[in-house]
Amino acid sequence: MAETENNNLKNADPAASNGGTFHEGLRDGLAIGLGYLSVSFSFGILAVASGLSWWQAGLVSLTNITSAGQVAGVGIMASSGGLIEMMISQIVINLRYSLMAISLSQKTDKSMTSLKRALLAYGLTDEIFGVAASKEHEVGSKYFFGLTVLPVIGWVLGTLLGAVLGGIFPDFLTNALAVGIYGMFISIVIPKAKHDRVIMICAIISCGISCLFFYIPWLKEHVSSGFAIIIAAVVAALVGVFCFPHGEEAKEAKA
Amino acid sequence: MNLSVFIPLAIVMALTTWLVRALPFTLFRRKITNARVKAFFDLIPYTVLSAMTFPAILYATGSLPTACAGLAVALILSFCERSLLTVAIGACLATLAATGVMMFITSR
Repeated sequence: MAETENNNLKNADPAASNGGTFHEGLRDGLAIGLGYLSVSFSFGILAVASGLSWWQAGLVSLTNITSAGQVAGVGIMASSGGLIEMMISQIVINLRYSLMAISLSQKTDKSMTSLKRALLAYGLTDEIFGVAASKEHEVGSKYFFGLTVLPVIGWVLGTLLGAVLGGIFPDFLTNALAVGIYGMFISIVIPKAKHDRVIMICAIISCGISCLFFYIPWLKEHVSSGFAIIIAAVVAALVGVFCFPHGEEAKEAKA
Repeated sequence: MNLSVFIPLAIVMALTTWLVRALPFTLFRRKITNARVKAFFDLIPYTVLSAMTFPAILYATGSLPTACAGLAVALILSFCERSLLTVAIGACLATLAATGVMMFITSR
């Protein structure tokens, strides 16, 4: 009991709280924002090609902040699809965010109230999650808010630029920018995998399964890319949990 | 696009995307104590990012050699534990350089 009180005191003191600051979040979000600027540029081009106006493209980006889901959503809009179809496609493609939300909820500190969770969840993307999850410290609401600001600006701004300027921007430049976002993913996974054999093995398995969904024609036709990612990630993580004793698990088993 | 088509679809899309994120993040509050479940959620970030990157990165530029150049530089820089921004920019520059080389080769 005394220990719990002590912990509460520690968390109540902002200087002792370890959830990270707004500025730290802002700084960590810069790379993501720059990456998004380029990826959303391509989305802006695609949205306009699908029949959306520039402000409609921008609004879709502002209200969704997700790449795969938006590409599918704009496709449904272009074909005047049904509301249920839209709902189901967004749930399936974005289901990985639910997984990430649960994973991230294990790392949040006490500054994350229910209201803040509901509001901040808006900015939970693959990259923001990847950065937040790889932090040594807990994730506080100020840090997380800071982390989402520049990516949201980059995502919306890039979409608007792509929608307006898409036609006059040379292809080779947008293509090169598109690699940046994947470079970012790699820079999150590799340094961790280098020091943790289980993460390395699971990452490779996940890539392998993802390839199956990409290169086996039947699977590619019948499984959406969002769903393929979920299956690959879950199966690879399960293999890691059941085939290799994780460091922490081994420690706890000893204790 | 016609507003009577766009507005309802845009609202449903935004609400669904938000709820998929907000519901688990808001409702799932307790710390996971089961070691296996915890290990699973610790691995998920890395397996998700891996599955999203590969093989998609190979087709990000529309040309396999330039994409491979970007991938290779990103792998090397991140094995040297360079920052997120360094790796992202390095990968872009490598792709751009490879595109230049490819243009030079094909123009000859």
